[in-house]
Amino acid sequence: MEKLNILQSTCIPLPLENVDTDQIIPARFLKATSKDGFGDNLFRDWRYDKNGNPNPDFVLNNPLYKGQILVAGKNFGSGSSREHAAWAIAGYGFRVVVSSFFADIFKNNAMNNGVLPVVVSDDFLAEIFATVKQKPDMTLTVNLEKQIVTNDTTGRSESFAINGYKRECFLNGFDDIDYLLSRKDKIEEYEQRRIRF
Amino acid sequence: MGNNLRNGKMQMNKPLTLFDKIWNAHVVTELADGPTQLYIDRMYCHEVTSPQAFAGLRARKLKVFRPAQITCMPDHNIPTLGQDKPIRDEVSRNQVDTLDRNAKEFGLNYYPMGHPKNGIIHVVGPENGLSLPGMTMVCGDSHTSTHGAVGAVAFGIGTSEVEMVLATQCILQTKPKTMRISVNGRLAKGVTAKDMALYIISRMTTGGATGYFVEYAGSAVRALSMEGRLTLCNLSIEMGARGGMVAPDETTFAYLEGREYSPKGEDWAKALAYWKSLPTDDGAVFDKEIVLDAADIEPMVTYGTNPGMGMSIDGRIPELETVEPAGRISFRKSLDYMGFQPGEQLLGKKIDYVFLGSCTNGRMEDFRLFANYVKGKHKAEHVVAWLVPGSWAVDRQIRAEGLDRILAEAGFELRQPGCSACLAMNDDKVPAGKYAVSTSNRNFEGRQGPGARTILAGPLVAAAAAITGQITDPRTSL
Repeated sequence: MEKLNILQSTCIPLPLENVDTDQIIPARFLKATSKDGFGDNLFRDWRYDKNGNPNPDFVLNNPLYKGQILVAGKNFGSGSSREHAAWAIAGYGFRVVVSSFFADIFKNNAMNNGVLPVVVSDDFLAEIFATVKQKPDMTLTVNLEKQIVTNDTTGRSESFAINGYKRECFLNGFDDIDYLLSRKDKIEEYEQRRIRF
Repeated sequence: MGNNLRNGKMQMNKPLTLFDKIWNAHVVTELADGPTQLYIDRMYCHEVTSPQAFAGLRARKLKVFRPAQITCMPDHNIPTLGQDKPIRDEVSRNQVDTLDRNAKEFGLNYYPMGHPKNGIIHVVGPENGLSLPGMTMVCGDSHTSTHGAVGAVAFGIGTSEVEMVLATQCILQTKPKTMRISVNGRLAKGVTAKDMALYIISRMTTGGATGYFVEYAGSAVRALSMEGRLTLCNLSIEMGARGGMVAPDETTFAYLEGREYSPKGEDWAKALAYWKSLPTDDGAVFDKEIVLDAADIEPMVTYGTNPGMGMSIDGRIPELETVEPAGRISFRKSLDYMGFQPGEQLLGKKIDYVFLGSCTNGRMEDFRLFANYVKGKHKAEHVVAWLVPGSWAVDRQIRAEGLDRILAEAGFELRQPGCSACLAMNDDKVPAGKYAVSTSNRNFEGRQGPGARTILAGPLVAAAAAITGQITDPRTSL
């Protein structure tokens, strides 16, 4: 996993609520057997019309907005557990998604792919949307070590939560699987006392 | 068995919930300021969310740590006609072939396409006794919550986590909060487990149970058959819950006894004693309690593009002003997609497609309800109906009970088992702009095909719509 600590970036606003993973990456694009290339089909059916032409009304096709931070409405990533959604977001180039609420499985999938979900208050989210609408080149700064996200235009900051273990993973580029593999002795020990059927 | 968790002392100290008992029994270690390392009893793998996990395993030169605890089957991509022939779509075929290679190379329990035990994972697991009370179960699929109906902790995971379980039989999880949803009283005639679930989700909203693991309780839940409980737990994720569960009881034990992987003989007696210790203790505290009255539940339909946007079949779509301001853009977008207006009634709306099937409503009881309703009637001329059993076992039972003949006389054909039009990864796609009354689990934009408009409902509402060709209250013809 790629390390992450401090990221200052412009952002791409998606002020919709309940964006489900079927919108992030539709099911017909889940047939691949590798993790590559999903970024090309991120938000496919909002981003392109049925003939495959870019939809000029969709934010990813608006040249005013770019950056490594996606800012989305509440309950982002609901629905299907497909990790392809996280691969699409990472593949497109996002390192951080800011929202006031994330669906659980998406949150785990994002973190397992080096994409940091940052939860802010509804109020702060509304402020970020308002700032970016007026000033598309506004930046956010995410400081993971200090767990603070700042709207660099207004100067407003908020702290965000992440457990200490996951923070270390991001700061050092560690994966969960490396940790688990290092604990095989504990697993075998557990299996001795496990209730079996 | 004989584990110290069974002794009464621990329970006397602190009353525990069903969820806590199972979770606690699977903790390998707790990480300081971090998640729990949780042991997984069983993992199911399908073809869509596993290839990259097996590839990761190979890249690390690892074997599957506990192959006997993994069961694989393809279900998402497989066609519902002509399963005796190779899959025509090359990309789908490659994904199914990849699972075939992986299951064989790593020595896993495997039911390939066309195998008598193949079907949708969440139908096949319980019907073979692979899903048992007290277990932890995962699958790279959010509807893994289904298996909680037997009294287990079952939840969907991502592919990275599938790889972790393949490699170590463990994952790292933050312990969710607990919620009990009690539905008291009796469901009225013509109201199904699906209606109960859609009613609960409409009350909770699509994200209202995020962060929680839900136990369903109350007399109306107790009165559900095992299949009804599977339907109810299946939809837990649609309100954001990590999973859903129902405490094991006589209904559970009667369902499981004698199934292939259920314990036998002396082991059955031991298992039963343990399972009977699992239900939530009196006085156990949940982080959140919801109490609902079964008498308030009517046949349900959805009108929008998430499963929380549901209402009773004779209800009206909410007015825009009743939606909180931050959600209005999404609400309007959703109704525009569906071609509906705020305040509108759906009763009498013309529909084009009917889908009976999926891990939500592809079981025997769903087919019985549907067949009983359409018996002696005839499908509306303009309706395309896809009836897709959840597994070959369901298909065999449909034929054994002669339901196939009843359905044929009413103008319906059975297709072959698979996920089918629930997410349209095979050829079963609803065309753009068409309305489908679907017994599946998601009405997201494009879920049943690009531009497809999905109205979620139970098997009776689906049957009534198939006969009249419009949204119809099934209670008028029961």
